[in-house]
Amino acid sequence: MISKRKLSESEEKEEVVHVLAQFKSESGELLESPIDLPLNITTENLQLICNAFVKKSDEEATPYTFFVKDVEVTSNLAAALKNALLDSEKVLEIIYQPQAVFQVRAVTRCTSSLPGHSEAVISVSFSPDGKQLASGSGDTTVRFWDLNTESPLFTCKGHRHWVLCTAWAPNGQTLASACKNGEIRLWDAQTGVQKGKPLVGHKEWVTWLVWEPFHLNPHCRKLASSSKDGDVRIWDVVLGTCLINLAGHQQGVSCVRWGGTGLIYSASQDRTVKVWRSEDGILCRTLQGHAHWVNTLALSTDYVLRTGAFEPAEFGRPQKTLTHEEAQEKALDRYNLVQKVGPERLVSGSDDFTLFLWNPETDKKHLARMTGHQQLVNDVKFSPDSRMIASASFDKSIKIWDGRTGNFITTLRGHVQAVYQISWSADSRLLVSGSADSTLKVWNLRTKKLHLDLPGHGDEVFAVDWSPDSQRVVSGGRDKVLKIWRY
Amino acid sequence: MPQNEHIELFQKRYGFRMDYQERQRKKKAREHKLQSKMAQKLIGIKGKIFAKKRYSEKVQLKRTIKAHEEKKTRKKDEGKVPEGAMPAYLLDRENTSQAKLLSSMVKQKRKEKAGKWDVPLPKVRAQSEAEVFRVLKTGKSRRKGWKRLVTKVCFVGEGFTRKPPKYERFVRPMALRFKKAHVTHPELKATFCLPIVGVKKNPSSPMFTSLGVITKGTIIEVNVSELGLVTQGGKVVWGKYAQVTNNPENDGCINAILLV
Repeated sequence: MISKRKLSESEEKEEVVHVLAQFKSESGELLESPIDLPLNITTENLQLICNAFVKKSDEEATPYTFFVKDVEVTSNLAAALKNALLDSEKVLEIIYQPQAVFQVRAVTRCTSSLPGHSEAVISVSFSPDGKQLASGSGDTTVRFWDLNTESPLFTCKGHRHWVLCTAWAPNGQTLASACKNGEIRLWDAQTGVQKGKPLVGHKEWVTWLVWEPFHLNPHCRKLASSSKDGDVRIWDVVLGTCLINLAGHQQGVSCVRWGGTGLIYSASQDRTVKVWRSEDGILCRTLQGHAHWVNTLALSTDYVLRTGAFEPAEFGRPQKTLTHEEAQEKALDRYNLVQKVGPERLVSGSDDFTLFLWNPETDKKHLARMTGHQQLVNDVKFSPDSRMIASASFDKSIKIWDGRTGNFITTLRGHVQAVYQISWSADSRLLVSGSADSTLKVWNLRTKKLHLDLPGHGDEVFAVDWSPDSQRVVSGGRDKVLKIWRY
Repeated sequence: MPQNEHIELFQKRYGFRMDYQERQRKKKAREHKLQSKMAQKLIGIKGKIFAKKRYSEKVQLKRTIKAHEEKKTRKKDEGKVPEGAMPAYLLDRENTSQAKLLSSMVKQKRKEKAGKWDVPLPKVRAQSEAEVFRVLKTGKSRRKGWKRLVTKVCFVGEGFTRKPPKYERFVRPMALRFKKAHVTHPELKATFCLPIVGVKKNPSSPMFTSLGVITKGTIIEVNVSELGLVTQGGKVVWGKYAQVTNNPENDGCINAILLV
């Protein structure tokens, strides 16, 4: 008996096929020399090998995901290679991607419904450090909320029409808000008092606000706003004046982004995306390709530009106060880290149901055209690690695309009405979406399935945001309450 | 009475008298005297007609004055903020009017328990059995009269099979069976052709309800899943009640209004 079993074991061992494998980073750098691996090696073992190769002595082990021939290795190497032809002559390339060290826990419950607004809540946003929360509403007020007690903090009156958009300065001290009359007002986050005079100049409503990236200027003086009247204006918030008026779009501008290299990208209903230099307002290039309104833009560096000098992995640890220069340096470091994955990419979503991926710094031609949606695309977001793109559409689905090539990855279905907004968690593993069907849904990007359904809102959810410190999700909608969700 | 437009012709040819405008002004200024005289003098039916006409004229006058005044004063409070705030990404989109379904599910359940609805047609003419049923004579010598033919529109469920003729007391003709109804959403002001799920209540008789007879005022349940209405919990609402507003047996179609 014993000898028989031994015999069968040895037979099994012989069946295991070995391949010559080579670890390779995303950007194409080879890691060590090729090694001989058994095909039934699991991801955990791959992790160990990869960590040993990378060898960062002072840090704890980084989690990695592995890809062979564009297929993710989920259980073992053989399973991932099942469909592919294995050529024993060649070296098998295993591409490794470092994942976030920390893990965000999915929100599961609503900890508080905050009434206060007397009209629909149109925009909600966490400050870059995740410690403050502001919301803009149809009742013309901007409200600040205390996150520790989850209660109202300040009510800022001043606007005379619906507050359409809000934007936190990357140092977390000022909030800019814009209303449908075209006025932009600035609020001090510590006191809730208006800073200076309103910035007047837009003839129609303001559609988007964006601040200058922190690593370009740590004093947060410049603000760009796009408006329905077709202009993008750059403001000096200290002097309260309009520095440059970027006129050139023939129709309303729907979205504006400020890139990390000092370029401003604006999407318009005249079917173009324009690239401007922020210092002198010169039009660098016009990106054409869309057949209908361009609704939204997203940069691969959006998340790092939004959080500035605040590192999501360090939340919860004691943080020392930084001087302007130190903070700027840190922001620049973080920006360069994301840049390593690839140059700054831009993705635009449109009414013609497609998305385009651009390399706007150098090229007029698009990298990829992403088709598949059956209704207009309302929101696009790059994941914080810039490896994935999520697009929300009125066809009730969310689609996930590869962040570098624009290849289709998966579709997340579950909403029964148009999806309005999406927001990524800081570790790029979870996604939350708000929809017209009055629910929020949390999606798991590992399993690519619905993780949790969060009902509770009484009507459409207009705005949703996941805080950079990953503690909370906030949502607001037509039912006038602000809801905070936690795990 | 003049047989032709002599005066107009004359005026065209020779113009007005020199004091024509003045005379007209004076005549108009004195008109109220004539009016009051008539009001005092006329009696009987003539007086009634005159009074009624004068009353309606006065009401009309007051209305126009009020409208003018409102128009003048409205300009002052322009700072009012319109309701129904929308985010910037929805501002240019037209079809944003959405059915308000706030907790209507709960309301509907409550109503269902009470068996009463706040319906658009509260009073419905009762349908007698003689009107709805026609007696069919059966038997070899046509002596028996226990069989009834339903002469109104019916909804018959999907899996219904007719009973053998010997046991079939009520005959619902194929030509009067309906599966769909034109349902109007009162807030959206839009009409949809929706499949009928069942007859909830025919106010005339519970027997008509169980037979599925659809007459004017009947509450039917329709499948609204294609309208995309959602409950608070995010589930799709698929069944909602509607009241029939026409006489389907006369019109050949069912028109109904959704109970929201």
